Amino acid sequence: MVDRLLGRGGRHPEASLGTEQPEDPKAAVWARVQLARNLKRPHTLELVAAMADEFVELHGDRLFGEDEAVVAGLARIDGRRVVVIGQQKGAETEENIRRNFGMPHPEGYRKATRLMELAERFRLPVVSFVDVPGANPGPESEERGIAESIARSIGLMSRLRTPILAVITGEGGSGGALAIAVADVVIALENAVYSVISPEGCAAILWRTPDQASTAALAMKMTAQDQLALGVVDVVVPEPGAGAHTDAAETARRLKVAIVAELDRLGRLPLDELIDQRYQRYRGLGAFTVVTSAPVAAPERPGLVDRLRDLLEAGLQGLGGPPAGAGRGQDDMPDPPARDEV
Amino acid sequence: MPIKLPSFRGRRDAYPPDLWTKCPSCGEMLFNKQLDKVDRVCPSCGHHFRLSARSRLGLLLDRDSFQERDEGLQSLDPLGFVDQKSYPDRVAAAQLATGMRDAAVWGIGTIEARRVAIAVMDFAFMGGSMGSVVGEKVTRAAEAALDERIPLIVVSASGGARMQEGTLALMQLAKTVAALERLRAEGVPYISVLTDPTTGGVFASFAVLGDVNLAEPNALIGFAGARVSAGTISTELPEGFQRSEFLFRHGFVDRVVHRSDLRAEVSTLLGFLVPIGFDETPGEGTLVPGFRPLSFLTSLAERVSADLSGDGDGRGRTANGRPSAQGALEGNGRPKPPGQPIPASNPEPADPQPAEPQPSTTPAGSERERG
Repeated sequence: MVDRLLGRGGRHPEASLGTEQPEDPKAAVWARVQLARNLKRPHTLELVAAMADEFVELHGDRLFGEDEAVVAGLARIDGRRVVVIGQQKGAETEENIRRNFGMPHPEGYRKATRLMELAERFRLPVVSFVDVPGANPGPESEERGIAESIARSIGLMSRLRTPILAVITGEGGSGGALAIAVADVVIALENAVYSVISPEGCAAILWRTPDQASTAALAMKMTAQDQLALGVVDVVVPEPGAGAHTDAAETARRLKVAIVAELDRLGRLPLDELIDQRYQRYRGLGAFTVVTSAPVAAPERPGLVDRLRDLLEAGLQGLGGPPAGAGRGQDDMPDPPARDEV
Repeated sequence: MPIKLPSFRGRRDAYPPDLWTKCPSCGEMLFNKQLDKVDRVCPSCGHHFRLSARSRLGLLLDRDSFQERDEGLQSLDPLGFVDQKSYPDRVAAAQLATGMRDAAVWGIGTIEARRVAIAVMDFAFMGGSMGSVVGEKVTRAAEAALDERIPLIVVSASGGARMQEGTLALMQLAKTVAALERLRAEGVPYISVLTDPTTGGVFASFAVLGDVNLAEPNALIGFAGARVSAGTISTELPEGFQRSEFLFRHGFVDRVVHRSDLRAEVSTLLGFLVPIGFDETPGEGTLVPGFRPLSFLTSLAERVSADLSGDGDGRGRTANGRPSAQGALEGNGRPKPPGQPIPASNPEPADPQPAEPQPSTTPAGSERERG
């Protein structure tokens, strides 16, 4: 993934981004993915600086360390006191290394949850800016419990007794994004994307080659508009010109209007109602039906033909050497393992 | 769903011809029937093979005590997802191969006569991936546990969120965890059992959040696939990376438990972690035959349940008809729903359930629809 982040500039020159309007839907979606990842795209600190009257950054998770891939602090937006949290990518390579390309370690998420609890204590709304390729997948992340930190953060946000706004500003990369994106209202910038796995990862698993990333991106319906249709995102804020990177100040201004409107609306709701609505928002997400027909026939036992064949084949294998394979259809599954990576 | 007759080819996949399985750990050749008898643990080295959801339920629960709920939940195709196969085709193929409708089963059962809500995942169904159906089942199991004030047990075996359902699969992380938070807030215990493999979005949501986390030995448990970790970060992976013992060493698993001890361990934990609001009256006091219509059956069940639980602590939702004390204990604004179908409010924890000897054939009509 680091390779991808470093190398993509070469493969997709930024100059061409957003200027062409491809007809091909796959190319159109891929252009958006590239816009969402654009290094010049305004990141959390830049957006907060542009829209807040005041901002005081706070650091550290009080448990292990300080993760610069996550920024958090106290802000005043149009006179309203809020707690801001967000992922922070760097604008150039040096900063990106310091900020680990915006991929948080567990301490980043634990800093975020610390600030959320602070927000609840002081009855401040939380505004969360999501822009992450995925949580850091390295061994040190696993050792310190990246999965636990994400799950705890999701859990805390689902019950936090203060309004929460999430803004997908760039990449909404899987669990690493959702960890700070459980909210009463989810806003997305026009060219932001949100997905269960990176398109490269999805292509590598389902198409068995990362070259099909654009196909995977289209199939996953990861654009802000698609997410709006699915009900995962509530509000899409249009970007100025050829994308947010062309006018950061205008992007921040438009976001601020949407944020302030939602903060005021949520602030008027009684807390119990707010929490209940938030629970119902996620409770209702999913697509399934109830089938009343007889359950799927369980493959209880093979028929006579199968058993005869089994015996024959076992005999043949016995003649030709030890039976092949270690598992019983488990280790040689026809379906590729469906796992999300980060 | 259109009925698909299994083709000869399909059945070939479903019944692999090998009668023998080679243990990947010690290389021993194991006769499959024998392996099934020992709960698929290698007798020579203790390697834990994966277990189907049905076998897992059989392993953990009292015999014939399982009553499946929401059996009819079936995934839709919200994205119209097509890779090399269409998503509905993949689901249909998995259904044919496994006999399951999706990668998880949930229901109510008893463990040594203690009533529990239990959800079990099956890796054989599309890598145990979590889509809307799995998320919904785990959530409903948690909500039932909260409603009935009974412990929740989830046995995970999953590669993570199901890509073919896109962000709706991702949202299942939030849905399930939000339901667990409600259990937490009200003192209803949740035991998470992590089996091989538990990775990705399933590990990063309900699987890691147990009041107690138990793991089977040497199970692959981790957030990112090893391929991702190794490919992204060039540093060498630590010894036993992402295995149960690694998780244990780093403090994310309470106990690593051999499969043969699992039922006993869970049962012991349930003896300590009693839901707040559950009728805790110990001993025979909870069983008042006078209030039961089928008294000769229930008195038999009492003896069985006393035998089973050993300490005579025959708990369960026994006193369906008991008026006062139970009502107060169950108060908390959560009255027990009186109008449930029989399986939901079955008062006999150790009732042998003669009417339904085959849990797998429980009609879909017994599922309880929720609002």
